[in-house]
Amino acid sequence: MITYILRRLLVSIPILLGITVIVFFVASKMPGDAVLAMISTETPQAEDLIKLRRGQLGLDLPIYVQYFRWLGQLLQGNLGFSFQTGESVIDMLAARIPATIELMGTALLIAIVIGVAMGVVSALKQYSRIDYTFTFLGFAGISIPDFFLGMILVYLFAIEWHFFPTSGISTAGDAYSLSDNLRHLVLPAFALGLVRTATFMRYTRNSVLEVMNNDYVRTARAKGLNEWLVITRHILRNALIPVVTVIGLMLPVLFGGSVIIEMIFQWPGIGLMFIGAVTARDSPVIMGYVLFSAVIVQMSNLLTDIAYSFLDPRIRYD
Amino acid sequence: MARGQIGQPLLEVRNLVTRFYTEGVTIHAVNGISFTLNAGESMAIVGESGSGKSVSVMSLMRLIRFPPGRIEAGQVLFEGKDLLQLSEEAMRRIRGNRIAMIFQDPMTSLNPVLPIGLQMTETIRPHLGLNRQAAREHAIEMLALVGLAKPQERLDDYPHQFSGGQRQRVMIAMALSCNPSLLIADEPTTALDVTVQAQIVELVQGLQQKLGMAAIWISHNLGLVAGVVDKVAVMYGGHIVEQSPVDELYERPRHPYTRGLLRAIPKMDGRDQGRLIAIDGMPPDLRYEPLSCPFAPRCAYVVAKCHAELPTLDEFAPGQTTRCWRTGEIAAMQFHESLQ
Repeated sequence: MITYILRRLLVSIPILLGITVIVFFVASKMPGDAVLAMISTETPQAEDLIKLRRGQLGLDLPIYVQYFRWLGQLLQGNLGFSFQTGESVIDMLAARIPATIELMGTALLIAIVIGVAMGVVSALKQYSRIDYTFTFLGFAGISIPDFFLGMILVYLFAIEWHFFPTSGISTAGDAYSLSDNLRHLVLPAFALGLVRTATFMRYTRNSVLEVMNNDYVRTARAKGLNEWLVITRHILRNALIPVVTVIGLMLPVLFGGSVIIEMIFQWPGIGLMFIGAVTARDSPVIMGYVLFSAVIVQMSNLLTDIAYSFLDPRIRYD
Repeated sequence: MARGQIGQPLLEVRNLVTRFYTEGVTIHAVNGISFTLNAGESMAIVGESGSGKSVSVMSLMRLIRFPPGRIEAGQVLFEGKDLLQLSEEAMRRIRGNRIAMIFQDPMTSLNPVLPIGLQMTETIRPHLGLNRQAAREHAIEMLALVGLAKPQERLDDYPHQFSGGQRQRVMIAMALSCNPSLLIADEPTTALDVTVQAQIVELVQGLQQKLGMAAIWISHNLGLVAGVVDKVAVMYGGHIVEQSPVDELYERPRHPYTRGLLRAIPKMDGRDQGRLIAIDGMPPDLRYEPLSCPFAPRCAYVVAKCHAELPTLDEFAPGQTTRCWRTGEIAAMQFHESLQ
């Protein structure tokens, strides 16, 4: 098991390197650069200023040299400094990660709990009215973009009915309180999570339907077990194993979604920071975000595989 | 618990009808079967795939799921109670306890993610009212009884850690753990190697006699059940077409279908063999309710009446019933053949 984990970690190094290479070069092809984003061409002596600043930031060097400078820093445990503010990228990430984890974690929880519950009910009542209703809602969920759902939620629950605040992580000026924070969390978390429940629902439904017809479920009934035990211990225990994979697959999608949702709700997480960095062509911050999310996705894939071996005794990594 | 005296009726199935409803089509799987099984007695239900043998026993266990299947009529008297009238709760106390089943494929009939000990004790604890520890000890005893080596060390192993034969032993131990008065074995050896098949048959037969259980063997293999059971019911198209004591059936099969089946068994010595013998024609279409003899289109002895009317199930000799209009004539023909 340990050797398996070590091997997986080693394999992930070239993958991460590849991701950073691709993103670095693609980002450099964006029109404009950090200096142009900061200095207006109408400033007196703009050309000299721009040249000077580019020299300071190293933006006048060939792109591969810039990449290796960034990589050199990374190997020393340094993600560089923001072009805009000069702040350390590591500090910027550290300050914003908790907010993103709070948002993504809650969204994921919403998606899993609601999605799995709907999937199980749908499968157990296959072809019933409730199954068709859930299936319809599922397709609607897959089809609605999260930013659109976010705006609808804001319009209804914040602007029309005043149940929840429109944006932010807490009320400005007030002392921090958990209930205030949670009130701010509800809308963005549901906007991010609800559209993903559909995926969990569809996977769970299929998986439960498949397991339900297995011989060992018939055995369980023939042994005289009560229906609750048959469903939980014999059907769900098996059916939810593949659903664990979906959690691993869902994480990159959530990262993408949280960028949009954090922007709509002005949620001060790394997604909002990333959007700001892209607008300002702040490549150290862009790279910091990309590297962090890539590491998280890699880790979650590994964790999924490890979780598998605990859930299914037939899977052993030796 | 009314165990019943040997020789007293333990199970009486009367006119059991089970149908399946899918996509607007009705499948007439079991069309009114009746039989009686005494305590301690063993019988076989044989027939080809789709003849309704598995559905029959699943029906008497009330394990037919609706949708798509439904038991439409009949009585299943077991230890004096009509199982079809019991509440689901009362039926659950009978399943796995008074009537136990072992299934065809031991590879898929055990839950792959649960240790076998748990799968055994989850049956034992509610039925016998034992605590966790006592149930585990009972499970170890049962595993020893079915000849599994070092059962105490294997209780926490998962199904994939056992061979096919071992798994079927585990299934048998599980089925017998609550000392049922009726054991239903649904093709228990079909998925096993031939050498293991004989061991499993011997094991079940031995335990059945030792524990005084009645047994129903479902099989499509006439040869396999020949040495094991007291009587045989032959199913065709959802009907029992012939029911006889085992020796009588093999020596003097009365129904043309039974005769065809017995002729189709390849001989061990391979003499006079040539091509394997098959029964011409196709199995009956179960979408239509049989109003005439379902075997008539394939029957060598067919007469006009066979196409017009469903034969009644008549007792031809004591303990021997057939569903054929021409049983008497065919028996006479057989008698002449045997004289020549």
